[in-house]
Amino acid sequence: MSVVRVLFSYIVFPGLIFTAVVGLFLTWIDRKVTARIHWRVGPPWYQPYADFLKLLLKETIIPEGSSKVLFLLGPIMGLVAMSILAVMLFSMNINPHNTFVGDLIVIIYLLAIPPLGLMLGGSASKNPLASVGVSREMTQYFAYELPFLIVIAGIILKSGGSVKFGEIILAQRASGPFLYSISGVIAAVVILLSAQAKLGFVPFDSPEAEQEIMAGPYIEYSGVPLAMYKVVRAMMLFLLPLFLISVLWGGFANWWAILKFLLIIVLMILIKNTNPRLRIDQSLRFFWLGIGGLSIIGLVLAVYGL
Amino acid sequence: MANAKLWGLKKSPWVFHVAAASCNNCDIEILDILTPRWDVERFGIVLVGSPRHADALLVTGVLNRKSLPRVLRVYEQTPKPCLVICVGTCTCDTHMFAPSYNVVGPYDKYLPVDVYIPGCPPKPEAMIIGVVKALARL
Repeated sequence: MSVVRVLFSYIVFPGLIFTAVVGLFLTWIDRKVTARIHWRVGPPWYQPYADFLKLLLKETIIPEGSSKVLFLLGPIMGLVAMSILAVMLFSMNINPHNTFVGDLIVIIYLLAIPPLGLMLGGSASKNPLASVGVSREMTQYFAYELPFLIVIAGIILKSGGSVKFGEIILAQRASGPFLYSISGVIAAVVILLSAQAKLGFVPFDSPEAEQEIMAGPYIEYSGVPLAMYKVVRAMMLFLLPLFLISVLWGGFANWWAILKFLLIIVLMILIKNTNPRLRIDQSLRFFWLGIGGLSIIGLVLAVYGL
Repeated sequence: MANAKLWGLKKSPWVFHVAAASCNNCDIEILDILTPRWDVERFGIVLVGSPRHADALLVTGVLNRKSLPRVLRVYEQTPKPCLVICVGTCTCDTHMFAPSYNVVGPYDKYLPVDVYIPGCPPKPEAMIIGVVKALARL
């Protein structure tokens, strides 16, 4: 593969630009569905793009006394990780043989980088509300990552002990999606709720609660870095359902996958709009005791092949 | 480039609500325009929690010696293409508090005000048309 082609795949398709454009469109779907649930009209389709453009052209303020490098590195880390993740997920959905040993683990680490960047940037911003938000983000990260990893272990067991992402897709193409079993349904529920927490959607949005700590780690960001955070969030909204479909629902085998994708997105938006915010201790207890127990049951069922 | 900047700013003005010691009437009316009945998210107007994210400051309440430094500080913290929208008669001309020893005068003595929306409190429709006029003037 030539250098130009590699750069094209990271920057244009399916990397940064494509994922960002589709992800911003998905945030419009989020806002529109939310508005319809509130019995409102909602914003027009170009709204996320207008927001993005406006933020790009606004003044960027770096707060006095903050660590400049870390403050600006936070959003860039998330953006780079999400671009690489987009390329990996897409290339393996198009050609599952294009895989290497341990790429599932790489994908899990890449999914962990945006919250890490948010914690770094937020704590570098020298704002008390941001540090409250960062401490909650950290607690919540440890909360949702445990059941998420247990469930991934179950998926590895179901695909015959392979940690290759491509082989998980191939195993599903050979013998049907993993979702159509009890442990598969449990895994889908756990990954859906973890994705909700990773995105900061409402039952688990205490790290960036608008009403009490004023957007938490984002509070000091303005202009271009804030636009980058919005794009990282939008890309995650695109890539997490794609990840869920790939590991449990057979991947992008045909065009029906787009319907599956929209179904998952709308399900997440409905969960977001019909639940109150959990306190941070409540969400920790929910993920470790409730969802954690469920994921262990799922793992045991996966061992017995159910 | 200038056109794109203007388009973005016109289509998504994010609003920060500076409640500088008002009697809460104007604040309640501001919250009204975010409810489903008026739904200003149609025009991309969103209430944000931090002045760093804001494009417009909605100021309410009569300006006094205590609130003046805070309001100026919030204005300095806002990144700069930024509108200042005065909501309520108190902000436009200090209303009935003018003779008070503690009142330092209307906002336009200290800040570049873009829109005046008089009323005690102004109706939600009046606020929407005020913001529309401000955006048309840009």
